[in-house]
Amino acid sequence: MDNREFLMRRLHSLLGIIPVGLFLTQHLIVNHFATQGEASFNKASHFMANLPFVIFLEIFVIYLPLMYHAFYGVYIAFTSKHNPGKYSYMRNILFVAQRYTGVFLVIFIAWHVFETRFQVAIGNAAEADFNMMENILSNPLMLAFYIVGVLAATFHLANGFWSFLVTWGITQSEKSQRMASYFTLLVFVVLSIIGIRALFAFV
Amino acid sequence: MGEAAKTVIFEIERRNSTDEAPYFEKFELPYRLNMNVISALMEIRRNPVTMDGKKTTPVTWDMNCLEEVCGACSMVINGKARQSCTALVDQLEQPIRLQPMKTFPVVRDLIVDRSRMFDSLKKVKAWVPIDGTHDLGDGPRMPERKRQWAYELSKCMTCGVCLEACPNVNDKSDFIGPAPLSQVRLMNAHPTGSMTRDERLNAIMGDGGLGSCGNSQNCVESCPKGIPLTTSIAALNRDTTVQMFRNFFGSDRMVD
Repeated sequence: MDNREFLMRRLHSLLGIIPVGLFLTQHLIVNHFATQGEASFNKASHFMANLPFVIFLEIFVIYLPLMYHAFYGVYIAFTSKHNPGKYSYMRNILFVAQRYTGVFLVIFIAWHVFETRFQVAIGNAAEADFNMMENILSNPLMLAFYIVGVLAATFHLANGFWSFLVTWGITQSEKSQRMASYFTLLVFVVLSIIGIRALFAFV
Repeated sequence: MGEAAKTVIFEIERRNSTDEAPYFEKFELPYRLNMNVISALMEIRRNPVTMDGKKTTPVTWDMNCLEEVCGACSMVINGKARQSCTALVDQLEQPIRLQPMKTFPVVRDLIVDRSRMFDSLKKVKAWVPIDGTHDLGDGPRMPERKRQWAYELSKCMTCGVCLEACPNVNDKSDFIGPAPLSQVRLMNAHPTGSMTRDERLNAIMGDGGLGSCGNSQNCVESCPKGIPLTTSIAALNRDTTVQMFRNFFGSDRMVD
């Protein structure tokens, strides 16, 4: 098929928002239960971990879309030649940041999944609960790594949503794209506050 | 008059042919009022002696109209791609650094080969097909307000500045760049051109087409003609979204 690249790019854009972006939002909101105490978080995480057909939900809503988005995204990131030094316009800087955060997130998410879900899967931990996160985040270096990871994820989603609107032809005019910039900035700020508040609840 | 003679310093990236290694040469020339980069290059050509007093070959560059409508004299001036005819020395920081647009194959010194842009225009069928075996008569009329809008898109002079500024046009990607994409929007807006709009949309849905845009928006910031390239790209994104579904599910309405 001679339009394979076009379809793969569109799929990459779509999957970044649905389901990966929606999953990230849900994940950060569920994490926020931690601010209401250990019991509250454990109840929420127990509920999520015991949803019916959870393994299929994980495979089709998280693992497969996320892996496609991640691996094709790395390919996209390494086929551009960055030039924000000479062409230091806001959108170009965000373009570069989107690629840097993307590559960083592949590493961060791989580590995060290994430390939490994978440990449950191989039986090293009974459940991904409050204690597990408390242990991880008691190390200040890990806390810093997680803060950067959460901010990279919320930025990548917010800015990716802006590109999604352009890629699917929803925002066309300069004004609509500018308004989308303000809206996605708001998304970034709100999701970052939710994510960071949850992290500090474990400390 | 009376004050110390003002001079202008140029630093030019040169090479003798495509495959040869580039080198820089510095030139110092007397300042003249309202001088532009091209008049400075002409001065260097008249007396090709570097700042160290070494005699060298004259610097070669492309130029034609000298009023920013032909697109031939594009080069990278102090790091940014633009036309050298409208680059006024008074508005540039010195030393003025001239480099070829290395996104394209460099022929010699500042001359680049922009053939790939013309090949892309062919690939996306950026023309209005009217040839046939008999006279088809007048085409449909274009509303005047639409003509005025389309005129802005028609100002593209294939100068290559948007391709040079685009981070996704490089040797690792076959992206055709913003200029030919915007021409698809122009040709699809034409009342006769729109009769084959699906052919052009399918062409830009091919490899190296619309999908390779990463929305860095350097093109619209750099375009010397102020063409709304990013609006064109987003509008084509919407058109190809519809075309994609029409192709997939089949449609009896391929052309409006």
